[in-house]
Amino acid sequence: MSRVGWIRLAVIVIAVGALEFACQFGFINRKVVIPPSEMAVALGKLLASGQANGEIARTFGIIVLAIAIAVVLGFAIGVVIHALPRLRQALDPFFATYYAVPIFIFYPVMVAIFGLSVIPIVLIGVATAIVAMIMATLNGLDRIPRVLSKVARVHRMGAVATALRLKLPAAAPYLFTGVKLAVSYGFIAVIASEFILAPAGLGRVISDAYSDFNNPRMYALMLLLIIVATFVNMVLHAFDQRWAERRGIGRP
Amino acid sequence: MTTAPADAAIHASLKGVTRIYPGAGGNKPVHALGPVDLDLRRGEFFGVVGPSGCGKSTLLEVLAGLQQPTAGTVNFEGKPVMGEVPDGIGVVFQEDASFPWLTVWDNAAFGLRRAGIDEAETRRRVDDVLAFMGLKDFARAYPAQLSGGMRQRVCIARTLVLQPRLILLDEPFGALDAQTRLLMGDEVLRLWRRTGATVLLITHALDEAAMLSDRIGAMSARPGRFMDIVETHWPRERDSTIVGEVAFGEITGRLWENLRGESLKSLGYAGMAAAE
Repeated sequence: MSRVGWIRLAVIVIAVGALEFACQFGFINRKVVIPPSEMAVALGKLLASGQANGEIARTFGIIVLAIAIAVVLGFAIGVVIHALPRLRQALDPFFATYYAVPIFIFYPVMVAIFGLSVIPIVLIGVATAIVAMIMATLNGLDRIPRVLSKVARVHRMGAVATALRLKLPAAAPYLFTGVKLAVSYGFIAVIASEFILAPAGLGRVISDAYSDFNNPRMYALMLLLIIVATFVNMVLHAFDQRWAERRGIGRP
Repeated sequence: MTTAPADAAIHASLKGVTRIYPGAGGNKPVHALGPVDLDLRRGEFFGVVGPSGCGKSTLLEVLAGLQQPTAGTVNFEGKPVMGEVPDGIGVVFQEDASFPWLTVWDNAAFGLRRAGIDEAETRRRVDDVLAFMGLKDFARAYPAQLSGGMRQRVCIARTLVLQPRLILLDEPFGALDAQTRLLMGDEVLRLWRRTGATVLLITHALDEAAMLSDRIGAMSARPGRFMDIVETHWPRERDSTIVGEVAFGEITGRLWENLRGESLKSLGYAGMAAAE
């Protein structure tokens, strides 16, 4: 492992160790926060019992669905807007201020329209993630070197081959930034929606455990979400870093 | 003025070629080029110099089939060039056109794979051209890991591997430092001798044109026309050491004599140019 890797590991160990110490020796009330070791044990038991499997499958299914829709639709919308410069000019201020508006304020409206089903949660997930993907697509398409179109013509490539073989790979690192953001935003939006108002799902179970003072269950599921979110983002980050190094992006 | 001797085979030609860009957003149309007549002799190295914005790159793109002339005709190997780049023409652009997502080897193989050449032949040709271009040891590297000069060599390799009979170079060394440009010039001369291709080089550097070319066309300020064609009479076996020869100074001097006034015009000093 590199020196940076060791430092990163040390930060995690120190933070978790400090929390463990504070909980075990009464600096933090155990009725408020349980030690990380007990969280891990509770998570192990919960997973082994299979009690939460349905909720886990439901929540991660919704997250994957929302992210997939946001990425595919966001890319398609980005391509269309990029091809229509005047439309883009008109929409630019909306994109710039989009994340200044808390999208969750529309959640009750969606629940009123679609009921307490999966649909409002998916829609909130998509609405939160899609603009990041649209903006990343616009950025990626802007950065395709013009000379590639000439190279394509020298190789007598058609529009489809040019798009798939040259333009898409050229824009890919910027599109991937959109995917990374969509994953983060989608994850947050789905869990938060479930937490606010949903008949089932991990967010709802955490909310119920909180109301019931069931700390082991609440912290176990929180730990699960932290582990999954961190793992997914680390994998994406590692992939992104490798790509950036290979393509010299971000070099001084 | 630009007609080749009667006994020389004409490889490509432009007859009365004009390029006028239509005015956009209420602006006047821009007369970028011509009328231009040019006969490229088979196997020669032809350099084109001229002030900035005189239509040098437009000339190259019209010859390549990347742009349609507004008037006039373009021929390559006896056939009209219309709307697409004919088979047998290779183009190297000024901008870095290497594909950063592919290795050097895959960059060079790109055109062959597009053309459906079988894998064994592709391997043979790519290995050969990478060895020739001094890129053999970097075959598995990505362009971002190479210097600007080496990336341009990757682009040249990608063009050469298709064995073009007419190679068009659009200021390929414009972004490189003076020393690297001289050395790249040596490499271009080497590949020109080896391939036997006809080469047309667009450059803003008079010394580069004087060192590399058999003939040099000096263009006027926009709309670009050929004011003078200078024969260098260099032997085919030449390299960058000719920059020390007396004739080299004479050639660059003659080019500058032609271009000084035109360059002043292109910079907006029309009065100064007229007074001289």
